[in-house]
Amino acid sequence: MSKVLVIGEHDGHKLSQATARCVSCATQIPGAEITVAVFAADPTAVAAQAATLTGVTHVLTISGAHHAHPMGAVLAPHVVSLAKGYTHVFGASTTFGKDLMPRVAALLNVPQISDAMSVEGAYTFKRPIYAGNAIVTLEAPADKILVATVRTASFEPAASTGSATITAAAVSVEMPTHTRFVSVQAASSDRPDLASAAKVVSGGRALGSKENFELIFKIAEKLGGAVGASRAAVDAGYAPNELQVGQTGKIIAPQLYMAVGISGAIQHLTGIKDAKTIVAINKDGEAPIFEVADFGLVGDLFEILPQLEAALSQSGAK
Amino acid sequence: MQKILVGIKRVVDYNVRVRVKPDGSGVVTDGVKMSVNPFDEIALEEALRIRERGEPVEIVAVSIGPDDAQQQLRTALAMGADRAILIKTDQMIEPLAAAKLMLEIIKKENPELVIVGKQAIDDDSAQTGPMIAALWGRPQATFCSKLDLKGNTAVILREVDAGLETIEIDLPAVISADLRLNEPRYVKLPDIMKAKKKPLDVIEIASLGIDTTPGLKTLLTEPPKPRAKGVMVKDVAELVDALKKRGLVS
Ligand SMILES: Cc1cc2nc3c(=O)[nH]c(=O)nc-3n(C[C@H](O)[C@H](O)[C@H](O)COP(=O)(O)OP(=O)(O)OC[C@H]3O[C@@H](n4cnc5c(N)ncnc54)[C@H](O)[C@@H]3O)c2cc1C
Repeated sequence: MSKVLVIGEHDGHKLSQATARCVSCATQIPGAEITVAVFAADPTAVAAQAATLTGVTHVLTISGAHHAHPMGAVLAPHVVSLAKGYTHVFGASTTFGKDLMPRVAALLNVPQISDAMSVEGAYTFKRPIYAGNAIVTLEAPADKILVATVRTASFEPAASTGSATITAAAVSVEMPTHTRFVSVQAASSDRPDLASAAKVVSGGRALGSKENFELIFKIAEKLGGAVGASRAAVDAGYAPNELQVGQTGKIIAPQLYMAVGISGAIQHLTGIKDAKTIVAINKDGEAPIFEVADFGLVGDLFEILPQLEAALSQSGAK
Repeated sequence: MQKILVGIKRVVDYNVRVRVKPDGSGVVTDGVKMSVNPFDEIALEEALRIRERGEPVEIVAVSIGPDDAQQQLRTALAMGADRAILIKTDQMIEPLAAAKLMLEIIKKENPELVIVGKQAIDDDSAQTGPMIAALWGRPQATFCSKLDLKGNTAVILREVDAGLETIEIDLPAVISADLRLNEPRYVKLPDIMKAKKKPLDVIEIASLGIDTTPGLKTLLTEPPKPRAKGVMVKDVAELVDALKKRGLVS
């Protein structure tokens, strides 16, 4: 039988939706028994949320001041000591998971499957390569622990109908002191989160300045959505790095994705392929973004966005 | 600081639209333009800048790949690396095996820093950096967008999902380079000429005594599912109507 250990991701208070998506992936492994591990300074609140996730039977809490700001290099030996007795160890394909899981896999001396996008069997998964231009089906050895990161955009979050047991786990490993947290400069949290928002409006290089990028924020606000950006817009300083969408930014799957003044380079498209509806606004009718758009509008964004804002105000969107 | 190792992977150029072979056995790489993985160029550029800021470091570029990967190592030498090592193999090397091979080089070279790209744009695995650090038992600073050396420690700014994180690590350590760490320089013709004279050691993979048999079996490679064809709308009113019909705007 498969026993899956999912590493919970959180900000100290709230369990990340990425973990609910990871659990949802794990539930697709036939007959899997799922445990979520919560490492935190005080895991109480986060563990309670994890316990409600449908499909989870156990929640393990590991508390300690040193887990206040979990970092891969410090956390990995702890995860390894928990991993014995599990067949699978999963983390989300977030910057947290990508930092932690390969370190866990190497310490366990097992290969890792990155960005698992579908479950074909207990040890067989699909994942994208070449910025999503090819999909491979990989089979991992069944006699070893399978370490994987889960491509969150491929799985709906697990529902919260469960009531798992919560147990404090004792982990005795030497704490690495070679890696020390200093600070985090987090984005303002009064906007919907890009990774989980149902609607996302993204701006590209064409916006031309940080001031003009406000046009994107206004449309997002009208739609009740999150804001994204192309790499070019982030590199130019119009938008902060955590808003980058694409192969090397965030991979998202909103109901609505609106790409404004974005050409549609493959590195960008791979981040939005799973969006249900894609809208493209671009003055160049030949831009590759139109090849993936459900609705395309050719024109100057500086004329279109104010009109769109007015139309959305009228229709009372939200 | 005396030595920096930089990982250089030969990959299909980022501008190439990769195609899957009809028999599902992989992607077409014959006759396709190959380049240095863009993140590895950023890794190397950072090493060069450390040297240019006055650290008398030797910069060693290391690649694992076919004989043709010498081209990418020559590019690294032209950018400014002092010497290069190719661990020669025609086999597909998984990140775990790559990390074990790198560790063998690390043991011989004793660098204070190993800088690699945060991911290679072919398999997009993003594993090798942390795996090297794990096997070496040293710190890792993944997704690095700023690096400040302070004696035996480094202060790193990391691009994380929440925003920007600052951590401090002891050296030696492994750094994985993110996009905004720097902008790599272009190589000039005289540098390419000079690079031809720099040392490039080719090591047979077998001589390192590492088991590099892949742990994962690739059963199939297929193209992604295409999206349904969309429509063009003529103006904002039509767009808003279309979105209303899909229930995306009320
Ligand atoms: C290793 C690597 C990783 C990368 N990772 C990512 C990634 O994760 N995400 C990402 O987005 N990119 C990534 N890129 C970059 C990618 O290749 C493109 O360069 C980038 O996406 C282009 O951004 P853009 O579409 O905003 O800019 P451009 O390509 O310059 O496009 C601007 C578009 O705006 C249109 N336009 C101009 N003016 C107007 C106007 N007034 N009204 C309407 N339209 C207008 C133009 O017609 C054009 O189509 C990566 C590249 C590399 C090499």
